[in-house]
Order: sequence, then C-alpha cells, then structure tokens
Amino acid sequence: MSALMNNKMAKIVFYAAILALGIFLPIWFPNYIGQLTVMWLMVIFALTWDILGGQMGYNSLGNIFFFGVGMYTTAMVQVGMFYDLAEYTSPAGGEIYTFNLTQYFSGMAVGYLVAGLICVVFAVVLGRLMFGLRGPYFAIGTLALATVVGELVSTWELVGGGSGMSMPNFPGEPAVSKAMFYAMMFALAIVTFLFLRWLYGTHFGLAINAIRDDEEKAEGMGIHTLRYKTVAWSIAAFFLGVAGAIYGNFNNFFEPIEVAFPTTTFGIFMVLMVLLGGKGTLWGPVIGAILFHIIKEVTWTYLLGWQWVALGLLIIITVVYFQQGIMGWLMDKKPTWFGIRVEGEKQRLGDMQ
Amino acid sequence: MWDNIKILIDAPLFTLDMVINGLLIGAVFALIAYGLALVWGVMNVKNLAQGDFVILGAYVAWTLFNWGIHPFFGVPVAFGVLWVLGWIVYKTVVYRVIEHDLFTSLLATFGVAIVLQQSMNLIFGSDEQTVSLGMESMSFFDNVVTIQPTRLIAFFAAILLAIAVITFMKRSRMGQAIRATSQNPRSARVMGIDTEKVYAFTYSLNAAICGAAGALVAVIWEFQPYIGLIFSIRSFVIVTAAGLGNLPGVIAAGLGMGVLEQTGAFVLGTQFQQAIVVGMLLVVLLVKLILASRHRQVVEQ
Repeated sequence: MSALMNNKMAKIVFYAAILALGIFLPIWFPNYIGQLTVMWLMVIFALTWDILGGQMGYNSLGNIFFFGVGMYTTAMVQVGMFYDLAEYTSPAGGEIYTFNLTQYFSGMAVGYLVAGLICVVFAVVLGRLMFGLRGPYFAIGTLALATVVGELVSTWELVGGGSGMSMPNFPGEPAVSKAMFYAMMFALAIVTFLFLRWLYGTHFGLAINAIRDDEEKAEGMGIHTLRYKTVAWSIAAFFLGVAGAIYGNFNNFFEPIEVAFPTTTFGIFMVLMVLLGGKGTLWGPVIGAILFHIIKEVTWTYLLGWQWVALGLLIIITVVYFQQGIMGWLMDKKPTWFGIRVEGEKQRLGDMQ
Repeated sequence: MWDNIKILIDAPLFTLDMVINGLLIGAVFALIAYGLALVWGVMNVKNLAQGDFVILGAYVAWTLFNWGIHPFFGVPVAFGVLWVLGWIVYKTVVYRVIEHDLFTSLLATFGVAIVLQQSMNLIFGSDEQTVSLGMESMSFFDNVVTIQPTRLIAFFAAILLAIAVITFMKRSRMGQAIRATSQNPRSARVMGIDTEKVYAFTYSLNAAICGAAGALVAVIWEFQPYIGLIFSIRSFVIVTAAGLGNLPGVIAAGLGMGVLEQTGAFVLGTQFQQAIVVGMLLVVLLVKLILASRHRQVVEQ
C-alpha cells in the first residue's frame, strides 16, 4: 500500500473508487439499500468510537448515549415545530399528523443542527464529570450513563415513554426517502472520515495521542488534558448525534431501549468493529465496520436464533485472540506498506532480545 | 414522589418493613459482590459476567425444582455446576486477559456475559420464572410489616455461605495462597505458590458463589435471562463503594444497596428500579472521583 499511498494519482483513484462504490452500490442493489445505510452508520460508529478509544486511550462503552440523544432531540424538534408534542405522543390520540414538504425539510434541517449541538453540550457538561474516571472506571461509568438515560427516557411520557415515538412521515415516495437517507448517511460517513483524517494530522491529534500514551506526562508537558479530552468527546458526540438523527428519520419509528440507547447491540458493536479493524488507525475502524456488517448481514439469518451467542463469541475471540486487529496485524506482517522502515537483521535481532 | 416520602415519614412501621426487606435481599447482593471483590482483588479482572453466573445458578435451581427436588438442594448443585463453568471460562478466556489492560478483561467478560445470557434465553426461554415454595408470609404489627419466610431463609443461607467462604479464605492452605497472590503475585510465585492454579481456583470459586447466590435468587425473586447485567452492576456498585479487600465494607454496602433499592423503588415508582441501580453506580463513581480529586497534587489553572 505504500507505493499506492505515496503516489498521489493512485490515492485519488482509490478515493474515487470508494466514492463510486458508495454511489453505485445502492443503484446496483436497490433491495439492499437499507442494509447499506446501516453499513455507513456502522462506519460512523466505528470512526467516532476510535477518537476516544483508539487515539486517546479512553474506552467508552456508552458513546451510544449521543446517538439516542440525537435521535430524540431531532424527533422533538421536528414534531414540536408544528404540533403539540404531548398530544402527538399521547397513546389516546388517533389523529394522523401530516407534514408537508417545507415543514418536513425545515424540521429536519433545524432538528439535525439542534441534535448535533445538544450532543456537544452534553459532551462538554458530562465530560467534566466523566473524564476524571480512568481506565475501566470510565468504561463502566459511560456504560452506566447510557443505560440509566435509556431507562429514564423510557419513563418519560412526553416522548412516548417505553413505547417510543414515530417520526413524521416522509411526504413523497418511500423509495425517494430511502435513497435520500442513504445519501445523507453516506455523506456523513465521508465528512466524518475526512474531518478525522485532517484532525489526526494536526497538533490536536498529537495531543490526544500523548494523552493515550501517558496522561500524567502529557499534563506535565503543558497539555491541558481536560480541554483536549472534552473537545475530542464533543467531536464524537456531534457526529453521533447527527447520525442518530438521520437514523431516527430513516427508521421512522424508534423506542428507547432497543433503538435509541442500545448499549448491548450498537453500543458494543462499535467497540468490536474498531477492535476488529485495528484501533488507533484511520482505516482500521472503516475496514472493521464494513467487514463486521457484511459478516453480520450474511450469517445472521442462517444462525437461527444463535446469532447473539455468535456475537458474544466474536467479541471474546476478537478481544482475547486478535487484539491488534486487521490493521495492526498488517502492520506487523507488512510494515513496508505503511512506510515503516525495517532494518533487516538488526530489527529481527532487536525483536528477539 | 413527595407524597411517597411523606408516607415513609408518617408511617415508621411501613418504613421498617421496607428496611427489613431491603436488608434481607441485601445479604444476597453482598454475597455476589464478595465474589466480585475476590476476583477483582486477586487477579485484577473486572468480571462483567457476574450477574449471568447468578442467573444461571437460578436456572439450575429452577430446573431441579421442576424435577421435584427441593430448591435448597439447588444451592450446592448450582455451586458445583457453576464451579465447573467458571473453570472452563477461566481456561478459555480469562487466563489470556489477566496480563492485558483492564478494559480487555472487562470486554472479554462482557462477551462471556452475552454468550451466557443468550444461551439461557434460547434454552429456557425469555419468560419470567420463579421457584415458589408456597410458604405463607409472616405478618407483624397488624400486617404492616410482612416478611417472606423464603427471604429470611435466603438471608441466613447467604450469611452461612459467606461465613463458610471467609473461614476458608482465612484458615485453609488454598485460602492463604489466594491472599498471598492478591498481595503480591510475584513474591507468591517465588515462594512456590502456583499462581496460575490460584487464579483458576479463585475464578471458579467466584462463579460457584454466584451460582449458589443465584439458587437463592430463584427462591426469592422472579428472574429471566436478561436481568444478569443489573446484578453485575449491583455488585460493581457495592465493590466500588466499599473498596477492595474491605469485607465489612462490602457487607455494609450490600445491605445498604438492598435498602436503598427498596425505598427508592417505592418513592420513585418500580419502573425506576433499574435506573436507580445504575444511577447509584454513577453516584458512587462520581463521589469517589470528588474524594480523590481532593488528594490530587496537580494544580489546575
């Protein structure tokens, strides 16, 4: 890949190929457009998890919190802009609420923006509390956060409680809405990727890597660690919030525990995908997410109910036996692909000692 | 909510009922948390499969009950079955993650938890089950204070088990080896202790304790495959609040957890019960954090 990566022309071809795949896959396989949308969602999950988990060394099990917050925020905005939210969600009301084209799209635009911003606010506020927790405590603390919020939302009557909420109906052909949400999710995945690619090359990327390697020393070197950690989490929160908002519209209906705050499905998938692909790398999460999603979609239906057991086994195998992930494994086997110079005998002797 | 608090203040006997029932279930929590503290302290593994071991123990007792065997024989049987399972899990998963960082062990045991949870779901179904002994509940003070005799029995059984385990840890040769390993594994190895064996034994013992506790849970509660995680979180709350190697602390925190959960569920409503348990974890973590930050030397700008 080194020759490939060093060559600017090849690089452009590579990116163009991915872009073309992203555009043409749903056209070639129109029946799988839903699964493809979820695939890009998975890529966003993995990329945003890796900001903290891979680059900063803070393993969060509760990033899914922002996904749910984004989903609920956008739903509340989209409905609340034109109707009374309490009436809309009340189980007694049999009324049908319609949204015309302008209402739908203006609600969506405002809703996504607010969803992203609210998530950033949450990340800043909660970051002050959670980032004092280190190592496994951070993981457990964030897991607890996402779980408790899911439980609380399911008792909140204004947003439909445990039975969830349905989003405004799309005013138009269902096929158009599917294509539109696919395009939005794909675009968001690309924006996330490009943003992170730029981010990891800046001083910021170095700073969060320093936090991962040794937080005390990073602090000693004058890095204001809390500020960096909060900004990193806010970035993850923003993209997750918008992704959650799109997913809410795409799914048309959601309920708190299974869809909006699914700590044991999506919440754990994002960790698994990053570990599978190789954490702390730019491409690792992308490869891991796509691979995981394909494996999952292909095998899921053939496992006849045992798929969740298989998921648990996959977690165990990845964590216990394949810690370095695909990218880590490649770096180990083919270091020259990544521009790492191997100094022949010397290196091997060094390894042996 | 305020009305409910008012009831608690106005009717002290009712409060007493809640406290007693909380203490009775708290003993089972303390037992499970003791197992976690053991594994955490000795081998530095945070076992997220704790609650699923408990639920599996409950299903063992339930299966025996369906075969016509008295559920209190389920306690030793569940102890044995879970011992074997714990040993298998240790040999396949846990021994490979001991040397890794803590998040790895957390995630690996989470994987174990999912496998157990989903297997139980497929084997036993997702319906709520319970083992009913058909005992009349005991009433005091004009039926204000009611105590389920099964809870009382479970309480004493939990205490007996805890005493047995603690005596084992204090007196037996293996118990000494476990404590030595937890203090300093390297020195223990130098002194001729097979630490690998100690780890395997500790993890199996923890699983067995959970299994026995689960057999008690089967008698006093309704259970289904998915409530394992909440038991894991309870034991995390208790151990985090008490600190490692603090046995009286674990017992006190376990009993306190039971009381808080009972009264909290009454004050806020039962739909908040899970949220209360998880919320308590957040509170405990944050309180510890604030306490720790007072001792920190780093001067903030």
